[in-house]
Amino acid sequence: MGLVARELEARGIATVCLTSAYSITAAVNPPRAVFVDYPLGRTAGKRDDKLNQRGIMLDALAALQEAQQPGTIRTLPYRWGDDDHWKDSAMRPSQRSADATADDRVARHAEPQYQFPEDRDAAEGHLPRP
Amino acid sequence: MSKPVDYLERSRTQYQALGYPPYQWVHNSDRPPFTRPAKAVADCRVALVASGGVYLKGQVAFHFKDDSSYREIPRDADYRDLRVTHFAYDLTDARADPNVVFPLQTLRELAADGYLGEVGPRAYTFMGGIYSSRRVREELAPAIAERLQKDEVDVVILVPV
Repeated sequence: MGLVARELEARGIATVCLTSAYSITAAVNPPRAVFVDYPLGRTAGKRDDKLNQRGIMLDALAALQEAQQPGTIRTLPYRWGDDDHWKDSAMRPSQRSADATADDRVARHAEPQYQFPEDRDAAEGHLPRP
Repeated sequence: MSKPVDYLERSRTQYQALGYPPYQWVHNSDRPPFTRPAKAVADCRVALVASGGVYLKGQVAFHFKDDSSYREIPRDADYRDLRVTHFAYDLTDARADPNVVFPLQTLRELAADGYLGEVGPRAYTFMGGIYSSRRVREELAPAIAERLQKDEVDVVILVPV
């Protein structure tokens, strides 16, 4: 995502990246970023919490206006919960036994992965089935 | 606030435990390009780019094997027609409320309330986790940037997962 931001800024469009993966964003080094310390897949806010979602967007836009240095990552003051237990298991493989690590990553198929089967018909209904 | 999760370190550990060579994350130590917004956000056309695997019902879904394609989502898309598919994160919340990875509705409401000028005519979505950073740098990023230039947007918010 940082690579897209860099391309946009090189073409004269100002950007701000949201991120919940501080170390990855620091490595890619995009022009501007705001860090939201939430689990991956919730960076733009908590589900069904409009106030929280609006706050994050407004903070991101403020950071975009105010950042003076390229490569700035501003940490926003949001917390996922009262404790940080979710961090213990984030991207840690489950252990089947003491000496075997489970590969619990999703298989990487080259076929479209529809959320609902009927989405396939909506998108490909006019195409012959393989 | 406790320390951020170091996903670089955790993915290294995971790959090592599985016997794979380490994932090659992108590292840029140069000064990134930097464009200041030309006007106040309240006057800007703001567009959204997100890599959470969002597609619109009627579009071909993303696949999980180095998919470097993108989808255009019109700014007035019906939120009930948004779908989310991805291999790398828990989709529960994103499928219940796409705003958590694709805050288009949030931006529309902020525009209606005057916090930003308007939402760009199209949002662009793709899949993260593309192994080839060269394909992102040379193909995907320029393609999306070109579209956003044609859309004459002032500001872009990027939401990865």
